[in-house]
This record gives sequence, C-alpha cells and structure tokens, in this order.
Amino acid sequence: MPLKRLLWAVPTLFGVLVVVFVLLRLAPGDPIAMMIGPGATPDDIRALRTLYGFDRSVPEQFVIYLGQAATGQFGQSITLKRDVLELVLAQLPLTLELSLLALGLAILIGGGAALAAVAWRGTAVERVIDLFTGFVTAIPDFLWGLAGVLFLGVLLPVLPVFGLLDPTLRFEPVSGFMLGESLLRGRLDVFGSALHHLLWPALSLSLPLAAMISRVLKASLLEVLAQDYILIARVKGFSPWQVLWREALRNALGPALTLAGVQFTFLIGGTVLIERLFGLPGLGNMAIDAVINRDLPLIQGIVLTFALLFILVNLAVDVLHTRINPKLRR
Amino acid sequence: MTNRLHFQKRVWAGAALLAVVIMCALLAPWIAPHDPLEQDLMAASLPPAWSAGGEAAYLFGTDTLGRDILSRLIYGARPAMIVAFAGATLAALIGTVLGLWAGFHGGAVDAVVSRLVDVWMSFPAVLLSIVLVAVIGTGLGSVVLAIAVIDWTRFCRVVRAETQVQASLDYVTSARTIGQSRGATLWREVLPNVAPLLLTLFTLEMGIAVVIEAILSFVGLSVSSDMPTWGGLVQEGRLYVNQTPWLLGLPIAAIAATVLACNALGDGLRASLDPLLER
Amino acid sequence: MTIPCIDIQGLHLGLRATRQRPARLLLRGIDLRIAPGEVHALVGESGAGKSMVGRTVLGIAPAGTEVLAGSVRFQGDDWLAKTEAQRRVHLGRDIALIPQDPLTALNPGHTIGAQVSGVLRLHLGHDAAQARARTLKLLDAVQIRSPSLVVGQYPHELSGGMRQRVLIAMAFACKPKLIIADEPTTALDVTVQREVLRLLRDLQRDEGAAVLFITHNLGLVARLCNAVSVIHSGRIVEQGSVRDIIERPRTAYTRALFAATPRYDRPADALRPIDDGVTDALWSDASAYDDAWWAAHG
Repeated sequence: MPLKRLLWAVPTLFGVLVVVFVLLRLAPGDPIAMMIGPGATPDDIRALRTLYGFDRSVPEQFVIYLGQAATGQFGQSITLKRDVLELVLAQLPLTLELSLLALGLAILIGGGAALAAVAWRGTAVERVIDLFTGFVTAIPDFLWGLAGVLFLGVLLPVLPVFGLLDPTLRFEPVSGFMLGESLLRGRLDVFGSALHHLLWPALSLSLPLAAMISRVLKASLLEVLAQDYILIARVKGFSPWQVLWREALRNALGPALTLAGVQFTFLIGGTVLIERLFGLPGLGNMAIDAVINRDLPLIQGIVLTFALLFILVNLAVDVLHTRINPKLRR
Repeated sequence: MTNRLHFQKRVWAGAALLAVVIMCALLAPWIAPHDPLEQDLMAASLPPAWSAGGEAAYLFGTDTLGRDILSRLIYGARPAMIVAFAGATLAALIGTVLGLWAGFHGGAVDAVVSRLVDVWMSFPAVLLSIVLVAVIGTGLGSVVLAIAVIDWTRFCRVVRAETQVQASLDYVTSARTIGQSRGATLWREVLPNVAPLLLTLFTLEMGIAVVIEAILSFVGLSVSSDMPTWGGLVQEGRLYVNQTPWLLGLPIAAIAATVLACNALGDGLRASLDPLLER
Repeated sequence: MTIPCIDIQGLHLGLRATRQRPARLLLRGIDLRIAPGEVHALVGESGAGKSMVGRTVLGIAPAGTEVLAGSVRFQGDDWLAKTEAQRRVHLGRDIALIPQDPLTALNPGHTIGAQVSGVLRLHLGHDAAQARARTLKLLDAVQIRSPSLVVGQYPHELSGGMRQRVLIAMAFACKPKLIIADEPTTALDVTVQREVLRLLRDLQRDEGAAVLFITHNLGLVARLCNAVSVIHSGRIVEQGSVRDIIERPRTAYTRALFAATPRYDRPADALRPIDDGVTDALWSDASAYDDAWWAAHG
C-alpha cells in the first residue's frame, strides 16, 4: 500500500503544478506591473518580463519551469527578491512546528476525551464530553483562533496574540525550528516564550481535529469492547483500565488513524490563516502575501511544498496502519 | 415501526436558528434600526447599550466610524446567506454531475475524476480559495465560485460511490438494456438513494461557505463594496480589538451561531434519515 | 472431610424486569460441589443454564442479571461476598476459563506470546524474560510443535485447534485450582476434538486442577470425568458419579439425553430425539417452582 501511494505521488504533484501554473497565468493583473517603481520605462518592463520568462507562451514557461525544478531551481521571488527555495526553507520550520504541536494536542485531547467517555460510560461525564465534541467540531479553527484572540488575548490577557517571541528576547535558530532548537540549546526562556505564543494558535488548530478523533475513537472503542476477547480478558483478571488500555485501544485505533491522517492535511492547510491571524512567520503567512502580490514563482513553490507535505502525511498514515493492524502485514 | 420521519431535536433547533438568520437577511431594511453605512463620528466607538457609556439607540454599540453594529450585523446576514445558498448549490451541482459521470462510466473516466479529486484535495483549501479569488477578482460572485470550486469534491465522492453501487446492480439485472435507457434508469435509481445524503451535505456546506466568506473578507479578498459582511466586521474588529472588543466578538458569535445551526441541521438530518437510507 | 474446591449451594440467578417483560429466573437453586482435583461435567441442552453457572462464578453473567439467593464458596471463602477487585486477584490465577470459541477469544492485535506472557506477568509478577521462558514451556506442554515460532505469530495465523491449545495453555499458566471449561471443543473439527480432550485430561492429571466441564455431549467426556450434574431449565435434574449416571440413570430426562447423544463407543446405535413429554414436564415443574419462589420472595 505505501508503495502504491508513492507511485501515485508523482502524477499528483504534477497535476498540482499544472493547475497552479495555469491558474496563475490566467489571472488578470500583471505581476510585473505590481513590482515596478514609478519611474520605470517600457524597456525596463520588457527586461523584467524576459528575466521572469513571462514573454513566452504558457506551455513553454511550464516546460522551462519543470526543467529548472528538476535541478532544484525554483526561481526567485518577485516581491522578496530572494531564491524561492531559500525562502520556503526559512519559513517551513515554523509551519511544521505549529502543525506538529497542534497534532500532538489533538491526539492528547481527543484520545483522552474518548477514553474518558468510554471509561465513564453512561454517566454525566460521557454526556458532557459528547456535547462538547459536537459543539467543538462545528466551529472551524479560524473561529477558535479569533475567539482566543478576543477572550484570552484581550479580555483577560493571558495569552500573547501576535508574533512568535517576546520582543525582549533574541534568538536565531540555525535550523529554523524555534521550539526544537531552543530546547536543545538549553534556552528555556526562549522555549517558554515561543511555546506561550504558539499555544493558542496550535490549540485553535487542534480543537476541531480533537473533537473528530474523540468521536471516532469512542465509537470504535465501544465496538471493540463488545468483542468476546474483551470479556475473556476480564476473566483473566485484568482491571477495567488495563482492559481498556492494553486490549482494546490498539485494535480501536484504525478508523481514528485514517481520520486523523486526512484531517491532519486540512490542519496543515489551516495554518495559513492561523499564521496570518497571529502574525507567525510561517509558510502560510508568506503565501497570502504572495498571492495578493501575484508573486508567481513564490506561490508555485509554496503550493508545491504543501502538496509534498500532504503526500508525506498520507504515506506516514499508511505505514502506521500496517504497524497497528497485523493482518495488513503479510 | 413508524412510517413517519422522526426528526431529532437538533433538526428543529438548527432550522430555527437558520430561519432567524435568513429572516435577518431578507428583512434587513425593515428590522435594522439604523442605516448600516451611516456614519456618526459623534457616536463613535460606543460600547453595547447595557454597559457603561452605551446608548440605548445603539444596542450593540458602534464602530470607530460611528456605524451601528447591530444594523451592520443584520445586513451582514445577506452576503452570508447568498454565499451559503449559492455556493452550496453550485458545489453540489458540479460534484453531483461529475460523481454521476464517473460512477456511471467507470474505467478511464472514473480514474481521471478520482485523480482530479485527489489533486484537488492536495491543495490547502484556504490557499486554493485565496488563489482563486486573486485570479477571478473580488466580489460576491467570485466568492460563490471559489466555494464551489473548493468543495465540490465532497459531493462528488458520495455521489460517485452511490452511482457505482447502482451501476453494478444494473449490469447484473438488465444486461439487455443498453445506452440511453440505462443512463436514464440509473439517474432515476441513484437520485432517490442519494438525495437524503445530498441534503445533509448541502446544509453542512452552507456552514462551510459562511466561514470561507469570512476568511476571504478577513484576508481582504471578499466583496469590495461598503456593504458590511461578517468577515469584514471580523477584520475591522481584529484591528481595533483593544479599543472595541465587542466589534470582534459579535461577528464571531454571528458566524459561529450560523455554522452551529447548519451543523445541527445537517447532523440531525443525517441521523433522522439513517433508518430511511437502510431500506 | 476436605474443603471442596468450589461449593455452590442454592444458587438462584434472576433476570431483572424490563418494560417489555417481568423478572425471570434463570437458575433455580443450583447445588453443585466439586472436590479438589475432581473433573465434574455439567451436562445440558442449549438454554438449560449450564453456561450461566460458569459465568456467574466467573463474574461475567450477562447485564441485567443478579444473584437472588444462594452462595458460592471457593476454597472455603464466600466468593460472592467479595468485591470485584478482590475476585480479580483470583481470576486467571486460581480460577481459569477455557472459552468456547478460540477464534474470538484471542485478541487479534497481540501476538500469542504477548497474550500468554500477559497473564503470567499480571498474576505471577514475572519479568519479560521469565514470562517468555515459561510461555515457551507452556506452549510445548500443550503439544504445539514450534513454540518459538508461534510465540511471534498472531491468532489469525493459527488453525482452530492450535488456538484452542493456546487457550488451554493460558488457562493452566498459573496452576489454577479450578478450571471452567465452557464447551471447549464445540468449535473444533471432530478429529481435533479428541486430541484436545486427551490433552486436557493429561494436563489435568499432571496439575491436579479441578475442572467444571460444561458440555451438551456427555458421551464426549465420559472418560474424563469423575462426576456429572445434569441440568435442565436452570435446575440440577440428576447428579452423581459418572458411572452411576451412565449405567443407572434415574430420571427419564437423563435417559432421554443419552439416547439422543451419539456414542463414540457404540456408533451404530440409533439416535432418538428427546421426547417432548419429558421436557414439557420439566418446564412445568420449573414454572411451578417460579410461582412458589416469586410468591415467597416477591
């Protein structure tokens, strides 16, 4: 199965590239016009156009782009005047850290809620969790982010609402991974500040996913718990918690894992807006500006990166599936 | 066993709330206390009427230009509902047609459509919508188109799956019926099976559409006129959140309430129609 | 007089009333005593209540049931008076179950080794290495040919007979005093049945465990058992040593039960279905019992 997905990855990426390429060039609005200064002459404009290859036909441009991409050349950003690959690699770490933090929170919260709802089935605890789950699923991450800004950032200021670090702190991570590197280098003040700033953005992203995980995991846990071998486990002397954790959980993970995988790609997509809302220097934030300014090379690079990320996530999910379900292995 | 459809409580609650929003949209000129565009700089940044400094005339307060928030909220329901109904309808149309086509023909057509769906879903929805609106230009029509273009895959998958089931049955039972007549029968058989689910997806899609519109407004890519949209209100509110927090809170509440209503309606319909689907 | 391994007296199990139907009795005063090391067959048709007896002792009677009267003493201690946590100490260690369906009784997501070791580590406090060593020995004892291979396999990779052997191994793992075998060979092929039963007999002799053998087919276990209780409509209809029951059955029902059971030693005998008159009489007796019971305990 993972191999099959790998094979499909190439045409999918290709398709993505084609769509983006064509769409952007159909757009009204001249990228060149947007970047030139007031004193530009027609010669200047023509020179720029040739530099960026806009003087050729769309198919020609595509072929050239593909050729260059194969050698790792993704062009130069029109607005930021830097190499696209360099820009993407600079902003990618934050998006990754944010996404992974959100995923971790979603698993903890969602998994915990499902386990609690099952362990206290039939009581008020289960009813409350079910209610919350239904409520939380409906509200998209964007709204959670905004609500957080309002309630936690302004009304009772417990969370910072803009930026990645406390302005008094200075720290330049070599790898670009603020959380990871600050922790590894022992700068706990920086780590704490970054975590503080990333907490609500990550939580906003995680809540809808957590609610979905909770719902699906609870349903499959209940299904597993109705099986014979669970009854037998009780007769073997295992306590209810041991039965839940040891015997039931692993077999119940399947559907939740599939869901988490699919939804994680949506979560990554959600970082675009959350980064914008909280002023975080990630890929998505850069993407919005790139689109508004018609920075074609940069847009292409970013979209390609997102597509690649999605494929990797799906691959990881496939591999995990074979680990938890022995019947898929041989 | 009862023959009547027992609608869950959620359906009624969701429908009621949605009805309120629709009423606001339809009857805005008559129920809004003020002109949403009228500025009164003397009454700028007033808090809601029940807190200190508020005025009874402006129930939910005013923004930095002295415009009544309540009126702007009510008028904001218009683009929200237009986008919700039109966007969801268009998405449903595109998705259903493509799904039927793919499920019916199978083979190469199906493979192409499935690949298309996969590629489509490889885009972060937000980015795709922004790219689209940047391409097509701003305006309500563009937003509607953007929603349809982003979310048609949701409908396509469902319809395709159902059509495949029906098509395989048809192969077995009516090998003699070929060409056009089989197509028509397929249409007649698939649609009733799929209709309840489509209805559910439609209501859910409405909620999504409202959020997408809000997102696009927030990024500055929605309707360019002065007419207030909830997303636009959110953007203004975000800018001035420290001075006038209610400016942010109220549109969020409006969006959230609408989304919750759509979800309750959709979920409730799905749950109520389940026994019907398992015929 | 040695203390019986398990002593069930006057056990009444009831099904609670629901909106659709009134309360019902499932077990109507079961008296059953098993001495240490004794193999005791509990024979009856489906619905007679034999599984209920086993399940009540193990604490897994179905939801909605409750013990209305009677006592169960395990090793002299009042078993029913214990809390669930107290009973858990003994379950799997001193009282073990060999379940009926080997396919559904094993966790599909865990290796065989993990499942057997799990019980050992829970009750005997073995560490990983000790548990693994003992697991291999147990698998060998139940005549599994390559224990080191099986230990790493998953249930779906084994045959039905092998799975049942694994379950037997798990039951004997902690050297229990009592084993409840709930129709352990019903789900197996006939050829495998004989082998498994022989294995069970050998193990029981070696370990000296008492066995409550629940079955609908007495002929199958005649050679294994020391004593027999015949159960119908939730009551013990006849009880005695295996020889007495087989050679001198006292009740019409017991006689009818034998006539309906295929005999491996006399395969040519014609099978005769149990006469309705016999079972009807038993059910009406049960009905009368119920009326008296509810009148007294309403």
